[in-house]
Amino acid sequence: MTFGVVMLVHTAFHRAQEVIRHWVAGGCPVVVHVDSEVEQDVYDAFVRSMSDLGTVRFCRRYRCEWGMWGLVEATQEASTLMLREFPDVSHVFLASGACLPLRPISELNAFLQARKDTDFIESATTADVPWTVGGLDRERFTLRFPFSWKKRRKLFDRYVRIQQRLGVRRRIPAGLVPHMGSQWWCLTRQTLAAILNDPNRAKYDRYFRRVWIPDESYFQTLARLHTKTIQSQSLTLSKFDFQGKPHIFYNDHAEILRRSECFVARKIWPDAGLLYRVFPRAPVLDTSEAIPRTGTVDRIFARALERRMRGRQGLQMHSRFPNLENANGIAAAPFSVLQGFDELFPDFENWLALQTGAQVHGHLYARDRAHFAGGVRLFRGALSDHPKLRDYNAQSFLMNLVWNARDTHQCLMFGPSDTQKIRWLLAHDTNARVWVISGAWSIPLFLSGKSAGEVRAEAARLQRRENRLLKALRAPDAHARIHIDTLANFLENPRDVMQMVVDEIAGHRAQELGELPSMVDLSGLPAFLQELKNQGMHPFLTGELSDDMQRRAHVSNAPRSYVVDPK
Amino acid sequence: MIGEAWLDYRMRWKRRRYLFRIWRKRHEIQSAVDRTNLITTGDILTFSTVRNEMLRLPYFLEYYRKMGVRHFLFVDNDSDDGTTEYLKQQPDVSLWTTGHSYKLSRFGMDWLGWLQWQYGHGHWCLTVDADELLIYPHHDTRNLSELTAYLDSIGRTALGALMLDMYPKGAVSELDYQPGQDPTKLLTWFDPDGYRHKIHPIFSNQWIQGGVRDRVFFGAEPHRAPTLNKTPLVKWNWRNVYVTSTHHMLPRRMNRVFDWPERNLLTGVLLHTKFLQDISDRSQEELNRGQHFENSTLYESYYRRLIDGLDLWDATAVEYTGWQQLERLGLMSQGDWNE
Repeated sequence: MTFGVVMLVHTAFHRAQEVIRHWVAGGCPVVVHVDSEVEQDVYDAFVRSMSDLGTVRFCRRYRCEWGMWGLVEATQEASTLMLREFPDVSHVFLASGACLPLRPISELNAFLQARKDTDFIESATTADVPWTVGGLDRERFTLRFPFSWKKRRKLFDRYVRIQQRLGVRRRIPAGLVPHMGSQWWCLTRQTLAAILNDPNRAKYDRYFRRVWIPDESYFQTLARLHTKTIQSQSLTLSKFDFQGKPHIFYNDHAEILRRSECFVARKIWPDAGLLYRVFPRAPVLDTSEAIPRTGTVDRIFARALERRMRGRQGLQMHSRFPNLENANGIAAAPFSVLQGFDELFPDFENWLALQTGAQVHGHLYARDRAHFAGGVRLFRGALSDHPKLRDYNAQSFLMNLVWNARDTHQCLMFGPSDTQKIRWLLAHDTNARVWVISGAWSIPLFLSGKSAGEVRAEAARLQRRENRLLKALRAPDAHARIHIDTLANFLENPRDVMQMVVDEIAGHRAQELGELPSMVDLSGLPAFLQELKNQGMHPFLTGELSDDMQRRAHVSNAPRSYVVDPK
Repeated sequence: MIGEAWLDYRMRWKRRRYLFRIWRKRHEIQSAVDRTNLITTGDILTFSTVRNEMLRLPYFLEYYRKMGVRHFLFVDNDSDDGTTEYLKQQPDVSLWTTGHSYKLSRFGMDWLGWLQWQYGHGHWCLTVDADELLIYPHHDTRNLSELTAYLDSIGRTALGALMLDMYPKGAVSELDYQPGQDPTKLLTWFDPDGYRHKIHPIFSNQWIQGGVRDRVFFGAEPHRAPTLNKTPLVKWNWRNVYVTSTHHMLPRRMNRVFDWPERNLLTGVLLHTKFLQDISDRSQEELNRGQHFENSTLYESYYRRLIDGLDLWDATAVEYTGWQQLERLGLMSQGDWNE
């Protein structure tokens, strides 16, 4: 006993011929169907080239267009011929010209003979499995599809829409439960004969003629009526992209194809000479019993699909331009923006880097240049600190920085005197962690030693800019993690806020803080702010500062035990 | 809506004007060797304008032949270093010569446009300069016909590529590159970061600027920095025209080589081997001829510094190891072309 191969060919005839010779050499009769679009002289030459093979037959030719009925008709015709001409065939294997047997034919034959009553056909109900292309699953069976999806897409779409709007629903013939699955199957003689000789076949054919992609549902549905045992699995390894088109295997796939232990794979690139040379592989004793394992292939292809569909977050490139307005996270990784901390603690950057292990930049958006961590002029990946290059596309600059250094948490200092062009990004990026001590801009003004009258205009400008940032951060559509304290509030308990900052950045590696960095001397600041008020400039963002605040801040500065007192 | 339709209409006429211009200038080039009868259906063609490229051409031809290019169509703009004779001898090259102005022919695009119009229709056409080497995911194992078959299968008619400036460690003028050698063995460094992207308001392509020339030369005037997005590989239709170099095309849909908003399409990278030792001679010549881009004066200081033996290298640059690296860095993408 052996199995027969029904082969649908429309192109790459030299490769098809090679494969047919493999099948025949393995003892399998082959019935070939050639697309009627193929020119007569090409067809004749193809037939002639195989005149030396006694067990190859050519059946009547139909027009085979993707997704249309002709493919099923061709399969029916070829299968009928196969069953009639070769009575000792126990299974019929449906293959295409781009299929390549990977393992010796004898191993496949042994596999099938050990499973005499099993039909290998992938077949799932549309009710349970949403395998969709173009948003049609159940509707494949309840609408009519007279127009080609490939050639007359507009007409196809329009006709579908009309039917949907009119609520047209075809009646599915009684007894049929629509199933779908891979076009490539291997059925037993009994099942296939029962399908072809079904008394209702004319009725079924009429119905399926207007179903969309009938080659993926005709045999899959009817096999369910006649089978003894169904193994819902295709013996042909084939992978599809998100549009339902088959992936192609090239020379560099030789290794994963070999390891998959599948019997047949498709589609093979016609010029993949290496694959056609090494497959089908020679019989090896200890692997003849091996069962196909598609795990590795599945994983690799799933990864490609994922990459195509989603891209990589936070990356702008020639293949991908994410719509930032709707993006969930904009930057590639979480990053922190700290405003006001470095005014209060002169050594804050070093301290934070030590505490968290993060990369802490200075004012990246300072007027004079981008102050990268360590004072370098070019940051990782040769990102320039030139202020004009940076401001030319300020958002891109930050996205590039975070993308290229996404292995470490990036922190940057920010302030109202910096370029404010990234305000929108800071408020909207779910990856941004923004910490603001509002009113801290008053500290350098106070420390400058100038009088309130002299710095009044500057103070007003900084306050206005900071207020605009705060407004953006407080907007209802701001999705960043935002923590805003007034200077007065912060000084009430600096330790808790600093602990939160460190916890947030360092995550589980965070430790309880020891000594806080030293704070600038603020005595005299309340009087300075009062003087600003007297000049008519109310620094409302600082909160109400009192004279003893620094003393109190120092008290709360001492390390505190987190252990609850057992008393 | 109306604005969009109006823009479409204007662009259609712009495209027709360019086609007319190409036709009008068709006599500027004279055929020197015509082997175009060798071109058969489905061949991949390369179009290129050259001037004194004897240093790069031997490797260029070898590289693209190996990639599966079947025929080269060159326009030689007044070479005097033997380029003309060399190209004439190549069995798969058709050559045209011209003495007209490179700048007035839209940097060769009018000349190549006429050749593309005649020979390109229905072929995948690669339009590159002699100092551009196209790489794309899997280029080491899959050639251009595999790539174009894949693009055909996903219904794409163009491949986008980022132009990546390669440079050596040390002064450019001290390199010792020999004709026929792989230039990427000497020019091994590049800037992986610092590329700015925005959508071009008219051509709706991505406008990408950045890289080493941007950081070294154009800090003061970033908007004038070189454009790095290119569309070098196109399934040609006689209606197509390139607008400025291969940066933008008309009709505008050809520029959509990326996906919006989230998905990822396959793109390549053009390794730009401009910075070989001949850069100072070339720069000197460019200074004298004033034939380069829109703002020749701007390029003056740029050329002067190159002549003076500038070192472009920096410790934060990255050494090129292969396409996998560029893919990982996010400079190219393999879309869903399976591994």
